[in-house]
Amino acid sequence: MENFKPNVALFIPCYVDQFYPKVGIATLELLEKLGCKVSFPAGQTCCGQPLANAGYERDTIGTTRHFVELFRDFDYVVAPSGSCVLHVKEHSPRIPELEQEQNDLHHKVFELTEFITDILKVERLEGRFQHRVGYHASCHGQRGLRLASSSELNQIPFNKARKLLGNLEGLDWVELDRTDECCGFGGTFAVTEEALSIRMGKDRLEDHLHHQVEIITGGDMSCIMHLEGIATREGQKIKFMHVAEILNQAIT
Amino acid sequence: MSHPENATEFLKDQAKAKWHDETLWFVRDKRDRISKTIPEWEQLRDLASQIKDNVLVNLASYLEDFERNALQNGIKIHWAADAEEHNQHVLRILQEKNCKAIVKSKSILTEECHLNPYLEKEGIEVVDTDLGERIVQFLNQPPSHIVLPAIHLKKGEISDLFHEKLHTEKGNEDPYYLTQAARIHLREKFLGAKVAITGVNFGIAETGEFVVCTNEGNADMGVHLADVHIACMGIEKILPRRKDLGVFLRLLARSATGQPITNYNSHFRSPSPGKEIHIVLVDNGRTAQLAREKFKNSLKCIRCGACMNTCPIYRRSGGFSYGSTVPGPIGSILSPGLDMKKHSTLPFASTLCGSCSDVCPVKINIHEQLYEWRQEITKTHGEFGKGLSMKLANGIFKSPLAYKISGNLMRAALRALPDSMIYHPLNTWGKSRNLPETPTETFQQWYKKNRP
Repeated sequence: MENFKPNVALFIPCYVDQFYPKVGIATLELLEKLGCKVSFPAGQTCCGQPLANAGYERDTIGTTRHFVELFRDFDYVVAPSGSCVLHVKEHSPRIPELEQEQNDLHHKVFELTEFITDILKVERLEGRFQHRVGYHASCHGQRGLRLASSSELNQIPFNKARKLLGNLEGLDWVELDRTDECCGFGGTFAVTEEALSIRMGKDRLEDHLHHQVEIITGGDMSCIMHLEGIATREGQKIKFMHVAEILNQAIT
Repeated sequence: MSHPENATEFLKDQAKAKWHDETLWFVRDKRDRISKTIPEWEQLRDLASQIKDNVLVNLASYLEDFERNALQNGIKIHWAADAEEHNQHVLRILQEKNCKAIVKSKSILTEECHLNPYLEKEGIEVVDTDLGERIVQFLNQPPSHIVLPAIHLKKGEISDLFHEKLHTEKGNEDPYYLTQAARIHLREKFLGAKVAITGVNFGIAETGEFVVCTNEGNADMGVHLADVHIACMGIEKILPRRKDLGVFLRLLARSATGQPITNYNSHFRSPSPGKEIHIVLVDNGRTAQLAREKFKNSLKCIRCGACMNTCPIYRRSGGFSYGSTVPGPIGSILSPGLDMKKHSTLPFASTLCGSCSDVCPVKINIHEQLYEWRQEITKTHGEFGKGLSMKLANGIFKSPLAYKISGNLMRAALRALPDSMIYHPLNTWGKSRNLPETPTETFQQWYKKNRP
């Protein structure tokens, strides 16, 4: 770690930029605390995921080209979102004249917790966070990027976020009844299948509330925005924090 | 009706929707627990997936082997290009035998071909002998699940139905009592049928034999009492060798219901003296699907229903919300291949959570195919409005300046507008959810100020 000071570009998803700047700030500060040289390339836009998931991947060529050109020269690109990272790696259309750069880039883009555990090779983080925390496993990180073992598979259990959060002094990690069920956000699904989306969100919330969770955390603000939106509408006191916010607050 | 409309309707009865979700989750959980008692579970899935890949690549020659070997065993083979031809074959056999009443064990293929109404129109009585299927048949409904056909009904509803149809005691909801009543009723039908129809779970190319899996033994009961056995089989049900069965029988019941094995796995090789076995081999869109590179491996499906039990959408919207013979995630990638226009909302009835792909015993990349169908559907059925707004969005996202302006406008609007406008009924997001509080500056603005 001593001599390893990677040149990291922050990739801040559009809704984090617009609605949750605090998550961007926490991610930046956390990576710096962990010894990275972090910069935020100006001119970032949305990665194109909402369009692609709605069936218009072919209309994201311009967006994708912009993304590749913006980030190609960095050692690593790190985002506080599993969903956007998965999109960039798996669902962005091929740009013929940038194929090589695109392939190289896809090996350098990481979700925040996997970057810390797999690239920075951090085994444990020291810090304090005295709260009862429930973890929302966002599906694209969970089953797309394999940030944690999936309950469907017969595999040795692991969870990259838990590896980082679990060592914090005082943090009480809550076991849920359904460890990795979808919250029903799903991008445009949240509005095209509104009734289902709300039902799924309420069910996820109930699981946390039933286990007296104080703070729901997760790696994707999109799911959190959905869950938080339902919780605040229903007057629930439960709080929401991105994993980056907890880690940045807990370690000094 | 579209999937969102049907789902909204289903969710109106909140207590029942919750019960439906929990009932299917119980099955999914049972499947999880039993699959984890098999150390080589994931290798089994790999192997099954590879065997099915091999089948799809060599389907034509395996089918020829199967036909040749089955003929040698004394089985009669009929080929059907589509549902209509399948139904005609079955009707012709029944007419030749002068048969007016048949029993049928569970076969999703015959549902797909709408065999029951076809035969009933010709004056033939069709009795589904699977208990769940008999229940939905009484109600004139299709199955709502491919393994658990009546899973949408509660005990009380079945009690009322049996009281009406089978004259059971009013209000008696005891499952044992109700099942006994069904047994007595079905026994008569079994004894009266000269022809029995079954589906096929696996057809073995190397031997020309086939296997039918049931939990109730109803396929066997029907077939052994009848003179003629008609087995209706989709052409993708082929396995190369008998020994491959070991892989699939271990996966099937564990994935379907969390049982170690289906109670009856019956192997049919050749007819008993004086009896006949017919196999109707049905294409009905399967070769068209095989030709679609991105979607062909949907044909690996062994109809275990695990993707339905795990799907958070299926559990909360019910099988009928899909409006297709095979509901749930696998149905949503099969049905658009049969009629893209009719089933255009199905690939969108998903959050792409990927749970279906992880439970699938033959490792079909279901959620990735849902994504791919979306790309296809928008090409032909793109509603003008949606297409336009998506194009606009791409314009915004590829230009940093346009993104900034539109983002600032949106945030300014959210801060300035009264809640009554933000949570207008036309704003679907805000019907049951609040929007996040709008921060005074974006991350980009913060960064510029604080890290010059």
